[in-house]
Parts: sequence; structure tokens; C-alpha cells
Amino acid sequence: MSRLELIPKYPREKQIMLNVNGDEAIAYAVKQSYVDVVAAYPITPQTIIVEKFSEFVANGEVHTEFVAVESEHSAMSACVGAAAAGARAFTATSAQGLALMVEILYIASGLRLPMVLAVVNRALSAPINIHNDHADAYLMRDAGWVMLFAENVQEAYDTTIQAFKISEHPEVQLPVSVHIDGFFLSHTLENIHVLPDQAVYEFLGGPRKLAKVKVDYYDEEVDYALDPARPLSMGNLALYDYYFEMKIPQLKAMEKAVEVIKQVNEEWYQLTGRKYGNGLVDPYMVEDADIVIVAMGSSTGTIRSVVKKYREKGVKIGVLRIRSFRPFPHKDVRELLKDAKLVAVMDKAIGPGQYGALYLDIAATLYHEKNRPVLIDYVYGLGGRDLSPSMIEEMINQLLKDLERGYVPEEERFRFIGVRA
Amino acid sequence: MSTLRSWREIPLGGVAFRLSTDVKTGDWRALRPVIDQNKCTKCLICWLFCPDMSIIWDGEKVSVNYDYCKGCGICAHECPVKAISMVPEVGE
Amino acid sequence: MVVVKTLPEIPVKKGEPPYKIWIFEPGEKKELPLIFNLRQLAEQRRPALLPGHRMCAGCAAPIVVKLASFAFRGPTIVVNATGCLEVSTTIYPYTSWAVPWIHNAFENAAATAGGIEAAIKAMKKTGRLKYDHVDVVVFAGDGGTYDIGFQALSGMAERGHDVLYILYDNEAYMNTGIQRSGGTPKYAWTTTSPVGSVLPGKGESKKPIAEIMVAHRIPYVATATPAHWMDFMKKVRKGIEVNGPAFIHALSSCDRGWRHEESISIEILRRAVDTCYFPLWEWTPETGYVLTDRSLVIARNPSLKQPIEKFVEVQGRFRHLLRPENKELLKQLQEYVDAMWEDLLKRASNAPR
Repeated sequence: MSRLELIPKYPREKQIMLNVNGDEAIAYAVKQSYVDVVAAYPITPQTIIVEKFSEFVANGEVHTEFVAVESEHSAMSACVGAAAAGARAFTATSAQGLALMVEILYIASGLRLPMVLAVVNRALSAPINIHNDHADAYLMRDAGWVMLFAENVQEAYDTTIQAFKISEHPEVQLPVSVHIDGFFLSHTLENIHVLPDQAVYEFLGGPRKLAKVKVDYYDEEVDYALDPARPLSMGNLALYDYYFEMKIPQLKAMEKAVEVIKQVNEEWYQLTGRKYGNGLVDPYMVEDADIVIVAMGSSTGTIRSVVKKYREKGVKIGVLRIRSFRPFPHKDVRELLKDAKLVAVMDKAIGPGQYGALYLDIAATLYHEKNRPVLIDYVYGLGGRDLSPSMIEEMINQLLKDLERGYVPEEERFRFIGVRA
Repeated sequence: MSTLRSWREIPLGGVAFRLSTDVKTGDWRALRPVIDQNKCTKCLICWLFCPDMSIIWDGEKVSVNYDYCKGCGICAHECPVKAISMVPEVGE
Repeated sequence: MVVVKTLPEIPVKKGEPPYKIWIFEPGEKKELPLIFNLRQLAEQRRPALLPGHRMCAGCAAPIVVKLASFAFRGPTIVVNATGCLEVSTTIYPYTSWAVPWIHNAFENAAATAGGIEAAIKAMKKTGRLKYDHVDVVVFAGDGGTYDIGFQALSGMAERGHDVLYILYDNEAYMNTGIQRSGGTPKYAWTTTSPVGSVLPGKGESKKPIAEIMVAHRIPYVATATPAHWMDFMKKVRKGIEVNGPAFIHALSSCDRGWRHEESISIEILRRAVDTCYFPLWEWTPETGYVLTDRSLVIARNPSLKQPIEKFVEVQGRFRHLLRPENKELLKQLQEYVDAMWEDLLKRASNAPR
């Protein structure tokens, strides 16, 4: 069998086609993932996930305990409790809900509790807005979660299932968030292919398996859980003598996650025939490109279609989609961008007083390269503002002028797309 | 005392790896409860209310575990027959 | 502590070490009996809290935990809100907890417990739970219950999680250094309700938290103090046994915050009940309010009711009330306590008519 002709275990004809939106796709993935506890609170544009999942519960299609909590703070808190008790837990939210959860996001990762959170990305107030940008995702940037961004509805389904596997990997044991763009993906119907239930069950290895820990007062390793058979204390007070040492393993787990995300992407490919770059980054015509546009989420598809037209005209341009925002794929990004001349980083949120978060990550990654490209930060799409192909064309035309000019003055390295002057 | 451990030796999730029975809170004590065994009726009220689990009942007599006793004096105050007196700790 | 090489059973046998981790081997079905004979109790049961914790000398909170744990019926998971009890019992790398224990954050103990209970249900449903039942018990202070944790508590109660929530109420934010909370009584001095030349301590009355929980119509609500230990243990067991949320409001003295002698922590709780400042009762949807223990005795024999001075006079936080110029305030406090007590007597089904 040649490398190009991989026959997946479940080729397309053995999969089931569904016409669903992004939220429904995630709910369906959760239904198949043998989740024990779903604790969630409604918020637009995430609400369809919990509505759809509630239907599965109401129809007895899952064994899951659905906890309709009174806030997102309690949603994440209940997930921490459930995961600590040894269960597989899931929740979903957007924007203000995520902001309310933030305190507990740090606790979930600090306690090394595997769980999955679907974030249907939405702009943060004020002004209140229900549409998509990445302000909420950037808010949880340093919370210690593995953060994966899906580009389309199919990937939303695929990534949600993968997320459980990554999260529960014995050497990762970190919570994972799956990000889809509000409305652009959450409310847009797409034909997707899903696995039979049993295939997902097997892919995840059945119910959640617990990691082991060794403490001084037991002779043997014990389950890392709230288990009356071998009691442990979780969530202790650690001061200047231990706090630092307790945070380092979190960094190490993130390093491990880099490998695991790739592995799981490959396993998924073997199983379904679908993969997303190497799992961390999804490059398009980047190899010989002079100009590379870096982006995350659903906009990447639009950008790619415009870039394709320019390629047909002979312009050396490519797109690099960051799929894993955390852990940030430094190695791949460095490798893929080091020979570019100009890199446009698309930030779908602002960090007032500083460049956008994605721009900073790209800049930091390329800093040590000798002939590093010129970087420009493009802020776009705030509050759900559409990124049309014509806007992208305008941007590329400007980039071509910049390339011709050979330099970009510092004051021009921070640009906006689609805002009225 | 324990030597501080490297991050490599911290159990997953920072779960506590030792029991507080290794911490001798008895050195907080300014007053020492002393039980007059002749007065003691072994009612175990002192055992019941001791916040530091420092009253020991061995099946025959009541004693104080000075490793942990912080000297709060609840035992002496609650003793129905006043069999416990609080005596100042002196020196080391 | 004898290092746990062989993992002992609970209840322990006579002659075994006084401190032990509670081990329930998978499949364990025996229900621990509720023991009121103290010798039997001391010989057969070990508290879920180990010594070596760093609570202040004389603090009543460890007594609350110790007595509650004597009423646990079997495998139990404890959830702790941020507070004195949480920080002082788990200073890394040590833990004082002999049962599975988790601290998540300040305001979410009830939600965390709800998640644990949901996990237990899901695992039981799928045959993955090692026991017939695992009980979930929360310990939270007044800040984590009256104030910042109230939303999560109310939500947990409304959703009907099978959780016993024990409030140990020391009537202020003691962990951060005695700031007023929704549980601080009127006229009490705290560092954020200081006694000044204009203001006589806290201006507002204590929030009736237990009554608010009664209003949730959950299966069991009670008030208790560790001083009335049999009453407290019975209530804990009832709270665990009911199917659904239970709430116990346990008054817990704090010698640092209340400004009293360390040795009178239990005595002062007796006075709280004797003065009817903190009446003991329980409530179920079937029985309504029922007076218990000392409060029932006082209801039957009102001459036993002590004046509020008896509670106030031993506490520095109320010292200003004993000054002659504040006589009126003390009178007001007495009237408030009397009114609340009379109101309770009207509601209590076993109060003499």
C-alpha cells in the first residue's frame, strides 16, 4: 500500500453523514464520548450544545448526569468535582460565561484534572455583543488549558472527541478546550461524517481511566481521585516553599501535549481518513511563500480560498493555521515561517496597550531566527464583523506593496481590517 | 524535618504527600494540661471536645498526647470533675 | 502516627493507633453505627481529621469536623470551601484529612459537591462505583456560605443533589483577619465594622441562613453546635441519610475573632443556646420546625432562658455593649433575640402552646 492510499479503518462509506451545525456536532461528539457528567449553563452562541445534549439525556441515549447549574462558575466547579471523583466531564460556554469561569479554569489545570470545555468564541462585553471574535479565548490563554481551534463543523466534531483522548493521556492530564467561532460555525449547517458510537468508544478506550500517584503514606501507587479506598487530599495550600515546584509539572505536561496532539491527529487519520496538518498547525502553500498569513478558526477557510487565487496568479503566498494555540507549536511555526519575508498575523481580538496575543506568540517564536520575516499584526472581525474575500484581497494587495517596498515602518505594523476610518 | 522536594517528586496535581501527624503542634503550647488520675472518672468529655485530637483513651486511662496539644484548655474547662489543670510550660 | 503499611479498617479495633486514614475497601457494605457511649466511640472510631493541623488553639471548627465525622455512615468525600479550616488543615505537603478531601475555591463548594455527587451517580449507573453509596459532605464557613458561596449553595439545593452541607459559622471572615460577613451579628466588632465614635460595630443583623435554606424546601435543615454534641451527631447522620440536599448550620466559636478565652470555646456555644441567641432546631418538609436538645428544654421551662448578657459578656467583640452609654443597644439586642425566639416558638411543632 502506498503512503498516499491509506485506507482508514472507517472509510467514508462506513461513516454516517449528518447535516448539523457546529454546536450540534459538538453535542453529538460528547454523546459518543461516554461522558459521565455534563454541567452547563446556557449562553449564546453555545446554547445549542446544551439544548441538544439535554435531548440526548431526555431520550435516554446517554448515561450522562446532566447538571443544569445556576452559573458558568458552578459549571466549571462541578466539572472539577466530577473529574476529581474520577468521572469524564464536559462543559461548554462563550464569552461572559468563560470570563466567569476563569477562576476555576486555573484550578482545573492546577489540579491536573482531565476534562473538555467547548468554547464557542464570542466577543466580550462591553458593549455586550453575541457575535464571534477571540477575546474570550485570549482571556483563558494562560489558564493552563490545551486550546484547540477548529476551522469547520467537521473539525469541531473530530476535535471534541480527540480532546478527551489528549486530556486523559497519562502524561498530559490537562483540561482541553475546543474552540469554534460563534455563529460562523456554531449556527452554520454543514454535512459532516461521524463515526459509529462503538468506534468512538474504542478510540477513547472506554470510560475514563485514572492516573496514578504516589504519596508517602501509601506503599503502593494509588488512583488520582477522590476514592474512599485510598483517600487523598486535593487542592491544598502551597506557599513559597512548594507553589513553584507544583507549577513546573504543568509546563512539562504541556510540552508532552505537543507530542500527544500530533499522535492523536495521526490516530484519527488512521481511523477516519481525516487529519488537520500535523494536529498543531495546518499549513497551506507555506513552503516557498514570501508572504504568509497566520490565522486561527473559521476565517482561515476564507483566507485560504483567496490565497489560492493569488497562487494561481503566481504570487508566492501561503496560509498557516494555528490549530493548537496552547501548547503553542513553536517548533513548527519557526520551521514554517523562518524563510518567509512578510508574515501577517490575524488577531481576532485586541489586547489594549499591546499587540494581539497571536502576534506576540509568533514574534516570540521567530525572534531567534537570523533572517526573521517582517511581522504585521492585523486586527479583524471584532464583535462578529465579517471578513469578506474582498477585504482579504485588499490586505494581500497591501502586503504585496509592502514586499515591494522592502520594509514596513513600525507605525504600520499594527493594522485593522474592516473598521470604518 | 523533611527536606524540600524537587518538582519531579511532587505527586500529580499537587496532592498532599504527607500526613499532618508529622507536624508537632505541641510546641505552640504555653499551658500544659495535666490530668489528675485520681480525680479522673474516664468520662471522655475531654477526648470528645479536644480540637487537636490530643486526648488519648487507651481503654484504661486518659492521657494527653503532648506532641499535638496546643494547650487551649478546653479539656480542663469542660472536665466535669475538674481533674485537669493547666500548668505553665517552663523553659524548653 | 503509625505509618500505614497495612491499611486498617474502620471501625478500628481496640489497642490500635489513635490516628488513622479511613480506608474502605471496594465493596465494603457495613454501615457505621452511630455511637453515643463515649468509651465505645473512642475505642471504635477515629476522627476524619488528624492532629498536626494548624487551626488556632481553642478553635471550635476542628471540633465541628471531628464530631461530624463520628456520624459519617461509611465512604464519604469531603468538600471544603476556602477558609480557615481549609488552609490550616492542608498546608503543603501535609494533609490532616483521613478521608478523600477536595478544596476547589471559596464560592463553589456546593457546586463542586454537586459535581462529585453527579459523578457518583453516573458511575453507579454504569456499574463503576466501588460502593453502594458514597456520601458527600461539605464544610464551609460563613463567608463561603452566607456571602460569596450563596449562589452555588442555593443552586445545589434547588437541583436536589444528595449532599450534606455543614456551615461552620464563626460569624466573620476569620481567615483574612476578622472582617464582617452576612453571618456577623448586629453590634459585633470586626475589622470592617469597627467600634468607632459614631458606629457601634456592625449595623445589620445576621442573615437567617438556615431559614433561607428551609425556604428551599430541601429534605433536611438543622441548627447545631458542637457543644450539644449528641444533638449535632444525630443531625449529621440524618442529613447524610436523607435523599437530597441537607443543610446544617453549626455555630462555631472563634477565640481570635470573638475575643474570648481559648478554653471557653465550648462553654460559649452553650451560652449561645442558653440565651436563645442560637436556638437548636431541625426542619423537614413533613415535620416543620422541631426544637431539639437544650432549646426544647428552654421552651418547656422558659425560666431557664438566660439574658443575652451571658453570651455577650465573655466576648471582646461585644465589650462596648457593656458600657453604660450603650445600655440601649444591649436592650435592642435582647429584644431582637426575644422576638426571633418567640417567632420560632410559634413555628415549632413541639413548642408548648
